[in-house]
Amino acid sequence: MSTPLDTGAVVASGKTPTSTARTLAGRRLTLCDAIHAEWTKFRTVAGMLWLVAAAALLTIGLGVAVDSSVTCPTTGCDVDTVKTSFTGIMLGQAIVAMLAVLAIGTEYSSGVIRTSLTATPQRLTGYIAKIIVVGAVTLAVAIVSVTGSLIAGRLILPTKGFTAANGSALPSLTDGTVLRATLCAVLYLFLIALLSLGIAYVARESTAAIGIVLGLLYLFPIVAQVISNETWHKRLERLGPMTAGLAAQTTKNIAAQPITPWHGIGVVALWALGALLAGGTVLRMKDA
Amino acid sequence: MTTKTSTPTPYRSKVEPGRDGFGRLVRSEWTKLRTVRGWMIGMALAALITVLIGILGPLGSNSQCSSSSTHACGSAQTPTLGPDGEPVTDDLSFVHQGVTGDGTVTARLSSMAGYYLPLNANGPVDSLAGLSKGLEPWARAGIIVKASTTPGAPYVAVVATGANGVRMESNFTSSDRAPGGAAAGSAISSAAPQWLRLSRAGDSFTGYESGDGVHWSRIGSETVAGIRSNAQAGMLVSTPDHGTTTYQFGGSSTDSGPSLAVATFDDVAFSGAWSGGGFAAPPAVQQDNGPAPGAALYQNTYAQTGGVFTVRGSGDIAPKIAAGAGDTKSIEDGLIGVFAGLIALIVVAAMFITSEYRRGLIRTTLSATPRRGAVLAAKSVVIGAVTFVVGLVAAGVAVPLVRSMETGNRTYVLPTSTATEIRVVVGTAALLALVAVFAMAVGALLRRGAGAVALVIAVVVLPYVLAVASVLPTGPSQWLLRLTPAAGFAVEQSLREFPGYAQVTSGYTPEAGFYPLSPWAGLAVTAAYTAVALGLATYVLRRRDV
Repeated sequence: MSTPLDTGAVVASGKTPTSTARTLAGRRLTLCDAIHAEWTKFRTVAGMLWLVAAAALLTIGLGVAVDSSVTCPTTGCDVDTVKTSFTGIMLGQAIVAMLAVLAIGTEYSSGVIRTSLTATPQRLTGYIAKIIVVGAVTLAVAIVSVTGSLIAGRLILPTKGFTAANGSALPSLTDGTVLRATLCAVLYLFLIALLSLGIAYVARESTAAIGIVLGLLYLFPIVAQVISNETWHKRLERLGPMTAGLAAQTTKNIAAQPITPWHGIGVVALWALGALLAGGTVLRMKDA
Repeated sequence: MTTKTSTPTPYRSKVEPGRDGFGRLVRSEWTKLRTVRGWMIGMALAALITVLIGILGPLGSNSQCSSSSTHACGSAQTPTLGPDGEPVTDDLSFVHQGVTGDGTVTARLSSMAGYYLPLNANGPVDSLAGLSKGLEPWARAGIIVKASTTPGAPYVAVVATGANGVRMESNFTSSDRAPGGAAAGSAISSAAPQWLRLSRAGDSFTGYESGDGVHWSRIGSETVAGIRSNAQAGMLVSTPDHGTTTYQFGGSSTDSGPSLAVATFDDVAFSGAWSGGGFAAPPAVQQDNGPAPGAALYQNTYAQTGGVFTVRGSGDIAPKIAAGAGDTKSIEDGLIGVFAGLIALIVVAAMFITSEYRRGLIRTTLSATPRRGAVLAAKSVVIGAVTFVVGLVAAGVAVPLVRSMETGNRTYVLPTSTATEIRVVVGTAALLALVAVFAMAVGALLRRGAGAVALVIAVVVLPYVLAVASVLPTGPSQWLLRLTPAAGFAVEQSLREFPGYAQVTSGYTPEAGFYPLSPWAGLAVTAAYTAVALGLATYVLRRRDV
């Protein structure tokens, strides 16, 4: 009789472990196993599903509220309708950040991190698995939130005077800039999640991590506001993850933005990469 | 038989039993707070980043002087200041002569017309034909007594306006509408003229208006100090820029261009000690202070044929919105870092209670003090008092430090009374304390640090960012600053508003530093949120197992 549970007895009895036993105790853990483990942890933590729903609902909800508050007079207007619909991202990014932070923060607060590291001693494998799971979930959330916001905008804005009669028709969905802005908005939320995940691995404490992430996001637009020097004002807006990322979501007056769209999303990607590298380093160097 | 039984005396701690007072409770909570090193570092960090971000402003504008900017860097960029030290626009067209002592000036206004540069005009226009016809609602034509022609000098005027009736105005800040008189300037004609009269007795000035020059009705009387016996009196014409504010996503933008007003006065008389009947000699005209926008078309000029004066003017006489990243700063610019310090304080305040849940310490706490409401009250007192002190230090350092740096940069910082300055600093500390208690209460409700921090930042800091960093249009921004706990940021405002001058009130936006609520009302909104959260937390803590 050789059920998996017998493994310990088999090994203890000094016999050569059977092949069944080797797959369970001796086989080197693959990335797939780690991803499966991370996914199980993610979906079974209470509240995660709520956060996923909240991220999408709040993003679309705030977008709807802002869409309803703008009007276009009959003389025409110069409103970036796509960016208007995407205003909810300002709020949604906070929830997405929280989702990413809690994905690892709860492990540190409950002590599960020690179990995780015992089960997956190759820390980088576990880390990459975590990034893949959190990244995949937030990518899905981002796609739903962003397309939802875009559709809501296309339903509401024509009733607010954004019509061809006023000379302010909404741009076509297949318009290159609209597609780019939508893609950048999705990427933005995805990258903010990775940035938050990296910071959470460095801070190892959800409460502090969420404070750091939101502080980092909101810092640049406000500080840029008081810097009257044009060069430094622009420089700060190019450096900040939120200011650069939001510049990538514009479809009008692109030349007036502090940074070109693809460079803007590149800046966010660099921030995320930097945070992930820092998180990985801390995970490898420090005791859990 | 006697057995010597030694009953063992039960162990008694030699420590004096503590009295179950609230003071003890506060002390124990203070001990918990100060013995967590990370929290103390967080508090210090909050004060530090508040000050550091504050000084980024003057550091950022410092290099402006060395770069090839259009501004001269030799002297402080002092704007035109009114009699009360507030920045003003004083670009009126003023046809004047010297007057001494008490007297009266009367004028018959027989027409008022306006022109403006079309907003889609390409390049300068140098003839009236190129302009659109239309009188600005706040264009003015009338009579005025002014201390001197120095920009910003005190004055009293009686004017007809484009669409806001006949008004008596003084010193850039006060403007009262007369019950009678022409409602719109364009309705004035030689068939239906508007008579205006202004008389002086010492520092007291009285204004009158009349439709026929016979039956006069008194508008009001004002006492204005600072106009010496030897003053300038005459006619004025002014008109603000023609502009429309459009919703531009990423902030509202005002598209404006110069406008021009032309008024005809055909019976100007001086009486009393102000002898001369009419003007004794061809009067002088005050020129624009600023560079004339575009062409000679907008120069302040007048033409005289017999007793008829046709006066042309471009430029406003009104208080000025000084805020924004312009040449002038106000003391609250030093407090721009408060939101970042606030984030650090929110984290500490939330953890002050959520970490008790995480570690199970809450069970010890509630065993030691079964009165749960008192525990929450003690925690509020401790976290509120500590963050108040942190805020007081941060704001008390940031405000004077940033002001002296700005002054060193030769940037003009608006003067503020000591009382206002104290209100700004103490109010900011109170705002931090209220939000910290709010965060602690939300932490007690949610029992999760990350959730509490994200929620509090989303309702306090995010509305502030959306409203102030020109993300949302003005309307929604103002509603956010009325309804959310971010309303308390209003306590930072030192800029004054002059509601009598409606042509500038559209500039009173959150982006420019003007909050929709008064400082204390804004703080009261934040306090109300804190009280509700604390009440809920107390109720829930009493009802819930730990």
